[in-house]
Formats: sequence, C-alpha cells, structure tokens
Amino acid sequence: MTKANPVIVVIEDDPQIRRFLRTGLQAHEFEIHEAETGKLGLILAATRKPDLIILDLGLPDVDGVEVIKKLREWTSRPVIILSARNMETDKVAALDAGADDYLTKPFGLDELLARIRVALRHASRPELVDGGNVFKAGNLKVDLGQRRVYRDGEEVHLTPIEYRLLTTLIKHAGKVLTHRQLLTEVWGPSYVENSHYLRIYMGCLRHKLEADPARPKLLLTEAGTGYRLVTDVSP
Amino acid sequence: MIEQRPDPDALLAKVQREEAKKRRGKLKIFFGASAGVGKTYAMLSEAHEKRAEGCDVVVGVAETHGRAETVPLLEGLEVLPPRIIEYRGTQIREFDLDAAIRRHPTLILVDELAHTNAQGSRHPKRWNDVDELLDSGIDVYTTLNVQHLESLNDIVGGITQIRVWETIPDTVFERADEVELVDLPPDDLLERLREGKVYLPQQAERAIRSFFRKGNLIALRELALRRTAERVDAQMRDYREDQAIRDVWRAGERVLVCIGPTPLAEPLIRAGKRLASSLHADWIVAYIETPQLQRLAPAARDEVLGYLRLAEELGADTVTLSAPEMSAAILEYAREKNVSKIVFGKPTRTGWRRWLLGSVVDVVVREAHDFDVYLLACDKEPAASNAAELSLLTRSRAYLGLRGANGAAAKKRYPGYLWSVAITALITSASAFAVGYLELVNLVMLYLLGVMFVAMRFGRGPSVVSTVLSVAAFDYFFVPPRFSFAVSDVQYLVTFAVMLAVGLIVGTLTVNLRSQAKISGHRERRAAVLYAFTRELGATQTEGDIAHVAVKHIGEEFEGQSVVLLPDFQGRIRHPGSQSVQYSFHGADLGVAQWVFDHGKVAGKGTDTLPGTEGVYFPMKGAAGPIGVLALLPVNLRRVFLPEQQRLIDTFINQIVQAIERVRLAREAQVAKVKAETESLRNSLLSAISHDFRTPLASIVGASSSLIDGGTHLSEDAKLDLGKTIYEEARRMTRLANNLLDMARLEAGSVKLNRQWCPIEEIVGGVLTRLQSRLTAHPVTVKSPPGLPLVHVDAVMLEQVLENLLENAVKYTPNGTPIEIGAEAGAEEVSFWVADSGPGLPAGKEDMLFEKFYRGATEGAQSGVGLGLTICRAIVEAHGGTIRAENRPEGGAVFRFAIPMTEEPPQIAPEEEQLANVQ
Repeated sequence: MTKANPVIVVIEDDPQIRRFLRTGLQAHEFEIHEAETGKLGLILAATRKPDLIILDLGLPDVDGVEVIKKLREWTSRPVIILSARNMETDKVAALDAGADDYLTKPFGLDELLARIRVALRHASRPELVDGGNVFKAGNLKVDLGQRRVYRDGEEVHLTPIEYRLLTTLIKHAGKVLTHRQLLTEVWGPSYVENSHYLRIYMGCLRHKLEADPARPKLLLTEAGTGYRLVTDVSP
Repeated sequence: MIEQRPDPDALLAKVQREEAKKRRGKLKIFFGASAGVGKTYAMLSEAHEKRAEGCDVVVGVAETHGRAETVPLLEGLEVLPPRIIEYRGTQIREFDLDAAIRRHPTLILVDELAHTNAQGSRHPKRWNDVDELLDSGIDVYTTLNVQHLESLNDIVGGITQIRVWETIPDTVFERADEVELVDLPPDDLLERLREGKVYLPQQAERAIRSFFRKGNLIALRELALRRTAERVDAQMRDYREDQAIRDVWRAGERVLVCIGPTPLAEPLIRAGKRLASSLHADWIVAYIETPQLQRLAPAARDEVLGYLRLAEELGADTVTLSAPEMSAAILEYAREKNVSKIVFGKPTRTGWRRWLLGSVVDVVVREAHDFDVYLLACDKEPAASNAAELSLLTRSRAYLGLRGANGAAAKKRYPGYLWSVAITALITSASAFAVGYLELVNLVMLYLLGVMFVAMRFGRGPSVVSTVLSVAAFDYFFVPPRFSFAVSDVQYLVTFAVMLAVGLIVGTLTVNLRSQAKISGHRERRAAVLYAFTRELGATQTEGDIAHVAVKHIGEEFEGQSVVLLPDFQGRIRHPGSQSVQYSFHGADLGVAQWVFDHGKVAGKGTDTLPGTEGVYFPMKGAAGPIGVLALLPVNLRRVFLPEQQRLIDTFINQIVQAIERVRLAREAQVAKVKAETESLRNSLLSAISHDFRTPLASIVGASSSLIDGGTHLSEDAKLDLGKTIYEEARRMTRLANNLLDMARLEAGSVKLNRQWCPIEEIVGGVLTRLQSRLTAHPVTVKSPPGLPLVHVDAVMLEQVLENLLENAVKYTPNGTPIEIGAEAGAEEVSFWVADSGPGLPAGKEDMLFEKFYRGATEGAQSGVGLGLTICRAIVEAHGGTIRAENRPEGGAVFRFAIPMTEEPPQIAPEEEQLANVQ
C-alpha cells in the first residue's frame, strides 16, 4: 500500500462500544483515535486530520447533531452516525445537518465496514462528476459529459427532471440523501414539502433503470429518511 | 285503633339531621322579650365561663350600646375587628365573616341575629352569616328578641303597633341547638330603663312612652315564654320519638295551606304556620295556577312569588300546581302527599254568586271525606296590614330585582277596544244594506259572529264592549221604531236579553279556548325545547360539548347568557377553556361560583347570598357530589324565578349533570378497562420476556464464556461457531427489543402518523430490499398491477407491517416454500397481502393471532414474544384500516390488510411547469 492507513476518529462515550470499534477497525487496518466527549472529539477531528469520523449522537456534553454542524463548518470529511435512537426524525435531523450515513445500534462490524468503505470511496473520488467523467454502477452507465444514460448498454431517455435527480444522486453516490436535500437540490427550496414529487419521479427512474422496479438494487429507499444510490451493485 | 309505627321517612330525616349536626357547629340563642333584658350580658358572661374552661372563644360582634354593665365584660375576650364598608359616604361597621372563618375559633359570639347586613356584604342577613359559620363547624352564641321571629311578626305588630322588618325565619330558631330565655319581669325592666341602664335618659323617656309600655312588655314576655315552651315541647317530642314511646306517638300530621293571588294570602300563611306548629306538623303552602290566574298581570304574579317566599321563610314547603281546575288539583295533591288538614281563606264569593258559580271551598268540603278542612277568617283589609302588603310586594320585587309594573302591556289593549267598535260599526253598516232582504233575527246572528271574532282576536274586554255595542246598535238602527232606543214590541226585550247573554257567554268561552290553546302551545314548546336539549346532550362526547349545548339551549330558553363552570383537580372553579359561543356569559364571578360549588346553594342576584352580583349561580349536584356551577345572566330575573321557570331550570341542570356524569362514567370505565388490560398484559409480558430473553442470553453467556475460558485450546472452527452463536442470538434479542419498543410506543399513543403520499411499489420494494438477506430461503413473488395509485400513509409504519408479515411467513413455513406479496387498489381502499404455502393457521383462531403474546404454538422453538401481529394490527388500525388472517384454499395462510383512501391523490404539475419554477 502506497498510502498510509486511513485515519478514523471515533466520538463515542460508551467504553464497550469503543473497545469493540477499536479492535474491529484496527484489525482492518484503520488508525483509530478515540474521544469520549463531543468537545474532545472536535479537537481530535481538527488535530488528527481524519479521513472519516464516527460519531455517537447521544454524547454526555453536547448533542451529536451540534457536533456535525460544527464539523461541517470546516470539513467535508465523511461522518457516520451511530445511535440507539431509531426514530426517523432523528436520522433525518442528523443527515440534514450534514452526516453521510447512519447506523442504528446494535449493528454488526460488517455493516459498519461496508459503510466506511462506501464513504471513503465517495470521498476520495469527488472528481467523478467533474470533467465529463462516466459513472458506472451495476448495469447503469451515465455519461455525464454528454448527458447520456445507458442501461445494459442501451440508451435510456430521461426527462430533464429525472436526469437532474439522477445526477444529484450520482454526485453523492453511496450517501443517504434526505427527502429535503433531494427536493431542495432538484426542485428548489420551495418544494421541500412536496415529497410526493420526489417519490413519483423516483418511481419513474426505477422503472427506466432497474431490472425489477419492485425490488430495486440501485436506487434504494431508506425508510422514512430518503434515498441512496448504491455504487457496488452485484450484477 | 290502628297501631301507628314510626314513620320511616321521619326517622331517616332525623338521622340525616343528626349527621349534619355532627359536622355543623352548635347554635345557642339567648332569647328575650325585648331590648334591655340583658341578653348580651348573659351571652358575654357565659362566654367568660367557657373561656375559663379553656374553650377558644372569639367575639365576632357584640352590640353593647355602651351600657355600663355590659362593656366591662368584653375585657379579656378576643374581639374580631369589624369590616368597614363604605356606603353612601358613611362608614358602616359590619361583622367580618371571612375573618371569622379564617380565624376558626371553637366558639364565636355574634350578637343580634336579626340584623340586616349593609349592601355589598355576602349575605343580606346576619342569620345567613351565622348559618355559614355553623356550616364550617364553628359554634355560635347569638341573641334574639321575640319580635324578630317571622311567624310572630304580625302578632307583635298588632300588640305594639310597631312592626319591625328585621325578621328571621322560624326555622333558624327551631333548628337552634339550645335556646336560653333571658327573662326579666316588666317592672324590673322599666326600673332599669328609668335608671338609664338601657338607653340614655331622654331616649329612655320616649321609649317608655311608646314601645316599653307595661302592657306591651307583659304581652311580649308572654310570647317569648310561650315560644320557648313550644320549643321545649318540641324537644320533648323529639326525645320521645327517639325512645319510640308508642303511646304518645302521633300520626304525621301534614297541613296544606292553599293561597290565592290576594293580600289575604299573607295572614293565611302566618295562621297556617301557627296551626302547623301547634300540631307539630309539616306544612305545605300551595298556589294553584289555573289558566285564568296565568293571565294575571306580572305584578300580581310577582306578589304570589313573594308569598311563597314568605312561606318558605316560615319553614313551609311550597309548591305551585298548574291545573285547569283548582279544587281537583288541591284534592289530588292532598291525597298524594298524605295531607291531613287543608286550610283555606274564607271564600271571597258570597251570596248568590257563591250559590251560582260555586266556590272551591265548597267543592273541596263536599269531596274531601278524608281531610279536615279549615276555613280561616281573615280581616278583609286591616288598615295596618295594607301598608304591610305593599311593602311585602316591594320586598318581593326588590328581591326579584324588578321595577314596578310596566304600563306598556296595558296600553296594548286599546287597539282591541277600537277594533271591537269598528267591527260592530262595520256589521251595522252591512246590515243597513241587508235589512230589506234579511229577517231581523239573522242580523242578530251577524252581530254574534262579530262578537265571536272580537273575542277570538282581542280577548274578553273588547268582546264585552262589542256585545253591549251590538245590542245597542241592533236596537237603535233596526228594531222598530228605527233610529230610537224605544221598542214597540216587548218581545224584542227577550231578543236583547238573549243576545246579550249569548254574546257574553260566547265571548268568555272563546277567550278561554284561546288561552287554553296558548297555554298548551307554551307547554308543547317547552316540551319540544327539553326534548331537543336532551337529544343534543345525548349526542355529546365531552364536557366541552355538553357545556356548549347547554349554553345554547339555556340562552334560547331564558334569553340570557350562561356558562357552565367546572372545577379543576383541586376543586377550584375555573373559567372554561373552550371557545365561547353566542350565548356565553363572560366574566362570571369565580368567587361566587366557588362559594356556590362549596356550599351547594344558589347564590347571586335575587338570592340570599351575594345578591349584589350580576347573574345567578346554580349549583350542579351529581349523585356523588357537586359537579360544577351554572352561571346565568338573564335579561329578566322573572324568567328565572317564576315557579314554572325554576322547575325548567332544575330540569335543565339535571340534564346537564346527567350528561356530564355519563361522560365521566364512560371515561372512568375506559380507564378501568385499560387498567385491567394493562394488568393482564403485564403478566403475560413478564412470562413471555422471561422465556424469550433468557433463552438467547443463555446462549450468549455460554458461548462467550467458552471463548474466554477455552482460550487457545479451541480450534479456529469452534471459535467461529461460538462467535456465530453469539451474533445470531444477539440479533434475535435485538428484534425482540425492537418489537417491544414499537409496541410500547404504539400503546402509549405517542406515535403520530407521518402520512405522506407514497407509491405502493416503493413501500413493497423497500421492505423486500431490507429483508433480502432473510428471504433467501424462500422464492418471493411480487404481484402488483401497474398503475397503482399513491397512498396517503406513514410509509415507515406500513413497511413495518409488511416486514412483520414477511418475517412471520419465513418463520412459520418450511424453507423453499414460495411467499407471495401483493397489492391492489379498490374504489375506496388499497389492500395488501402476504401469502405463504406453509401449514396454515389453526382453524377458528384466526382472530386470536392479533392478540398480544399469542403464538401459533406455545413455547415452541420459534422465537419472538408474539407481538409482531399485534403491532401490525395497531398500525393498520391507526390508519383506519382493517387486517385479517385466513387460510388459503390451496394451502397456506394469507394475511390481508386494507387501508381506506379518504382523499384524492395529489396531482403533480407537468414537467415544463416545474422546470419553469425551478429555473
């Protein structure tokens, strides 16, 4: 490996979870720095220059959502949320504040590792959308420079809004986008309450791009939260 | 002789009296024949003795009048400072009731029981204050002169020629626990007067000449002694009743006093009172309102109200009976109430009129074999009492807050008389044309027709005028010789007489008929009002609704504003939080309402308590205690205090109370049911949890301890196995915990549906993606026709339902069997289903599945507390839908739920338009 091991800052107050994360992640060759509180976590995030931050929402000193907001003031490094709160409103609040992904406790190490990989890949390839690159996932191919979309090699015709929706998802591929984020970016801020627009267009997009729209593999629904474009689809 | 057993009602009343007394303070009255006999002195002396015994004594009021013997007695006693009331520029010192209740001594001295309080006090009379003191459990000593007793008031007035208006109801005196007669022979009293021990010398001289004449004093002393003796007798009787000494047991006498709307009523009531108390009997004063009497002027009806009130003050029960015929009503009521004696005034009709028209008294005497009938002779119009009547009337008016009789109603009648003249003139001129063609007899018929018309439209007076005018016009214009009142044929005199008689009778009958029709119209309307009220109340679900309905109907019926005031949890009356409606009474006095609520008595304008307040406050008493207060601000107090109106208000209040109690009972029943369910739920939860949590925990503990203990001895494969065990069991516990949490959230009702318009496909797709890893062992087919509409649901919750159903299918069917998931849209609902090809459901237990902690097989290897389907049902029902389970004909089970579509799905704007907005 030419590059040093990726650096992860874990902000979590529970010692057992920290221990499990430390052993698990170190075994997969990540460099781990731990913080028990939000304040300490912010300092570590600033000094250790992490590639990724894992954050627990229920911290003893500050609310996790506040930590995300503070982080987002100066860094765009991916943030993965861990939380025992499984209400959709909590997820949406964290994601809207700028988190990249969300895992509800309890979770398995495999799940966490998968999310970490997606987040790191996404973060390391921001140039994907720039400069007329081509996006590929499963049987989908999008030529962003020529604004062309192919499914199984055949060109698919998309309406302007469908295309805009797709490119927005590609721009944040692998990351969960909330309804609000997608509506704001595709339709504009005045449409944030009209989530059925998003749902209907997402349905159209699936019919055009998915093999079986009833069992999507590419454009996944995150229940009550938003959508995610999966990049590593097994064909 | 039939042996008479103690009347159970009387016994019950006695027990209740004693119960009430236990809580109430004791009242001792120092009773004297006149001022100056030393009542206050005696009271204060005894207070000192009590104090010496260690009793907590406070002087509320003591009117010493600066008398040299009395003033020093105040020393050493705690005296409450008086309340100062500003009234028309002067300061009036009044007894401070609130301070007394706050101070709450064991015994309080309140002089001059008959005192009238200054305006603006809570109660108009001091005896009301004393009553409240007793109610709050304070013993009271007070003083009273014989002339202030209501029933003796007129007698004392007759003796002394001076009538006092400060009177107290006899009931107060009779209910006193102890009466001490303070007696002083007249000579001694006069001696004291002359010595200036009672009044200042000049005052004393004047007093001796007017009030304190020896004859007066002897008579008053006799009255006082006799009244005290009567009381002692009554006590003796009570004692005997107690000991059930049968020999002297007397039948429960009951006296019925019938009064009419005449000034004779007042002496009649007083006489009835004396008769009743000499017989130790209960007594009832009845006023029978016939249709004729209902036509009385409002002033006269107010007067009757005043009489009834006087009777109440004297301790009678009062009743107003509405009946077409007086004698029948009296007899029926008397029989119903077991009356033994009926008292009437002497009939007013005398001589031939009595013989011809009869009298109520005669009919009653003829019909009543089982009653004694008393006729009381009353001086027709005693000069002294004339003035008294007047002031009684003003009193009752002032009490009602009414002004004098208004002339407006009288004026309205004049058009009737004008019409009667006009109609007679019209018939006369018509007859003038017809006289050549018609017989004179037929002209008479025309006139009678006119009389009937006038009677029907304008009432009795105009019809009489019309009759007389008709006879005169007929004679003058048509009977030969025409244009003269002279009559050639004597036969016509008969015609005139018959015409006059028929005209009068027809007129009267028509008028009666009309008024009967009007009255029954009123009654019908009232019945309709009550019917509508009860029906609307029946449909109410909350106390707020009840208050709204009540305010609306009371507003319509009594033409006033009202408000239903209910207490909060601490029993403090609060303004209603709900929105006001048309007839809402704003700014009801919560202080008054609180008093009414605490004491269960009517207060406000026109009552004994806080008459200065705007509005009348009625307590609403339920079966278990006070419920609230109805505050009413009528346009006209007469509309509230007329007997029939009061009955109506009572009925309204009863209905409101019943409605409120119904709502509360329903709520309590609901709470009790929930409690019981919670209880049984807790039990099954405990047993389920102990099984379902302990089993995976045992595996985890076992596997992890083997890992730690085994250390390096374990093979890699074994370590992996143990790790897998821990992982799977922990997963199982996670699902369990999630289910329990979901259920708890749903049960707590804290879950609000976040309904949004979602494509059905997305919901199904979301679930399938999420469950992908667990569905690998079963082929899953999705059956959803294209073009399904958007549904307005909480997508997360609905996915939870489908997820639970799919997991069940996986759990309860053998690997490899197909699972089917589908959706279809009907006209009014969208239904979803999950079908499997497993063993199916136990027959007859399809509905049980949705109960908490139910599992197909008890304590089987299948994990889960059995909450999954309960959660499904809760979610579906929260959406207003239904869920059911059945066996498929081809084998396997199908779970099907339907969500109603109540709204049209939203349309989305065409793409060009959206883009225009976006850019």
